[in-house]
Amino acid sequence: MKQKLNYLKETPSQTAGPFVHIGLAPGAAGFDIYNQELGTDISGPNASGERIRVEGLVIDGIGSPVKDVMLEAWQANAAGSYAHPEHPGDVEDGFRGWGRVITNFETGEWGFDTIKPGPVMGRNGQMMAPHINLWIVARGINVGLNTRLYFSDEEEANSADPVINLIEWERRRKTLIAQRVERDGATVYRFDICLQGDNETVFFDI
Amino acid sequence: MKKPAEFYQRDREWHPPALDRNYKTSVARSPQYPLISLENTASEITGPVFGHNDFAPTDNDLLTNYAQPGQAPVGERIIVHGRVLDENARPVPNTLVEIWQANASGKYRHKKDAYLGSMDPNFGGCGRTMTDSDGYYYFRTVKPGAYPWRNWVNNWRPAHIHISVFGTGFAQRLITQLYFEGDPLIDQCPIVKTIPDPDAVQQLIAALDMNASIPLDTLAYKFDIVLRGRRSTLFENRLEGN
Repeated sequence: MKQKLNYLKETPSQTAGPFVHIGLAPGAAGFDIYNQELGTDISGPNASGERIRVEGLVIDGIGSPVKDVMLEAWQANAAGSYAHPEHPGDVEDGFRGWGRVITNFETGEWGFDTIKPGPVMGRNGQMMAPHINLWIVARGINVGLNTRLYFSDEEEANSADPVINLIEWERRRKTLIAQRVERDGATVYRFDICLQGDNETVFFDI
Repeated sequence: MKKPAEFYQRDREWHPPALDRNYKTSVARSPQYPLISLENTASEITGPVFGHNDFAPTDNDLLTNYAQPGQAPVGERIIVHGRVLDENARPVPNTLVEIWQANASGKYRHKKDAYLGSMDPNFGGCGRTMTDSDGYYYFRTVKPGAYPWRNWVNNWRPAHIHISVFGTGFAQRLITQLYFEGDPLIDQCPIVKTIPDPDAVQQLIAALDMNASIPLDTLAYKFDIVLRGRRSTLFENRLEGN
C-alpha cells in the first residue's frame, strides 16, 4: 500500500446555458435587480494609454454568429501591470482590467471599450506582446474556452511573442491577431472568433 | 522559501469534452483542433479582484432581492451553502460567487425563455456573494423547477442552479451547475451526461443538509466547490522572468 495523496478534484464544468445573462448581466435578460452590474468598465476613467474599442463575432461551425455567448476579458494596463496583488507594478485608480461582454441578441455582435495593454513579462524573462486574455462561455460550450487577442499593429512584438510562437501551425497564428481600423477618429480592433472550421481560432489549455 | 507557482493542470478527462453528440448544441460549437497547452504566465495566474463595494450585502438573498415588500417567491425555501476550496483542500477566501436559476415552475426571468411555466413577480433568479475568510458562502433561494428543452424531443433539465466562480487567477475561472440529491432527472440529462466520469457527476449533486436547515423555515443543501490548486515550489520557477 502506498500513502494517499488526498488532493481534491476540481469541480467539473457545465455549460453556462442560454440564460447566462440572468446571473451575470441581468439588464440584458430584461430586468433590473442589482445596484451595479460587474465588468461593464474595464479600464476606468484614469487609465493612461490608447483608448480602443474591440469588436467581433463568435462564429459557429456552420458559419453563423453565436448570439447567446458571453465573453470575459482580462488584461494588463498600458504599463503591462495586472490589477492583482501578485503582479509587480501599480495600476491606475479604478483600473480593474477585467470586463464582461455579451452579444447583441439579433446580430451576435459584441464589443467593449478599454485601453490598449502594454507588453507583459512572460516566463523565463521573455516579454509577451500586448494581449487581452479572453474567456468564452455559451450554450453548447461545455468548458469555457480560453484564447488571447493580440494587436495587428504590434508585428514586431507579436513575432517575438513566446505564446504565439508555441503554435506549431504558423497559419493558425493569425487567428489571434485583431485587425486595427480607424473609424470616426476612434481606434477599433476587429476580432472574430471561429469555434470551428478552416479558420478555427486557437484556444489554449491554460 | 516556498512560493506559490503555476496552477495544477486541468484534468480534461474529469471535465466534459467539448463535443458530445447527445448534447446537440455542442456539435457546431466545439473546437475541432486540440487546445494548445500553455504553461501559466502572469496572464493566467492573476485574475480580477472584487471587494464588498462591488455588490450589496443582500444580493445573496433571492427570497427578498426581487420580491415586493412583504411578499415572497413561490416555492420550496432553501439555503445553498458550502465552501470554495482548491485542490489542496485550502479555502479560497474573498472570491466572487454568482448564481442564476429558474423559478419554482421552471421558468427563467429572461426575454428569450418561451417555456409555459409561470413567471413569479417576486423572484428575479440571480444572486451573488463573496466567500468569507474560510471560503464559506451561502445563498437563500427557492428550489428551482425542472423544465423541458429542445434537444431530443422529450428532454428535461433536472432542477439546477448555475454557479460562476472566480478564484484568484484567470486560469481558475469556472462555471458549473448544482443539482439536487435524489432528483431522478439527473441520470436522464444529456448535459449532465457530457461529464464522462460518474464520480465527477456526484461532485455536482448538492446534499440535503438537515443540520444546516432552519426548523419550520428553510431546508438546506450543502455544495462545496473545488477550484484548481497551485503548486508551491522550493525551486526557482522563473515564472515572472529573470
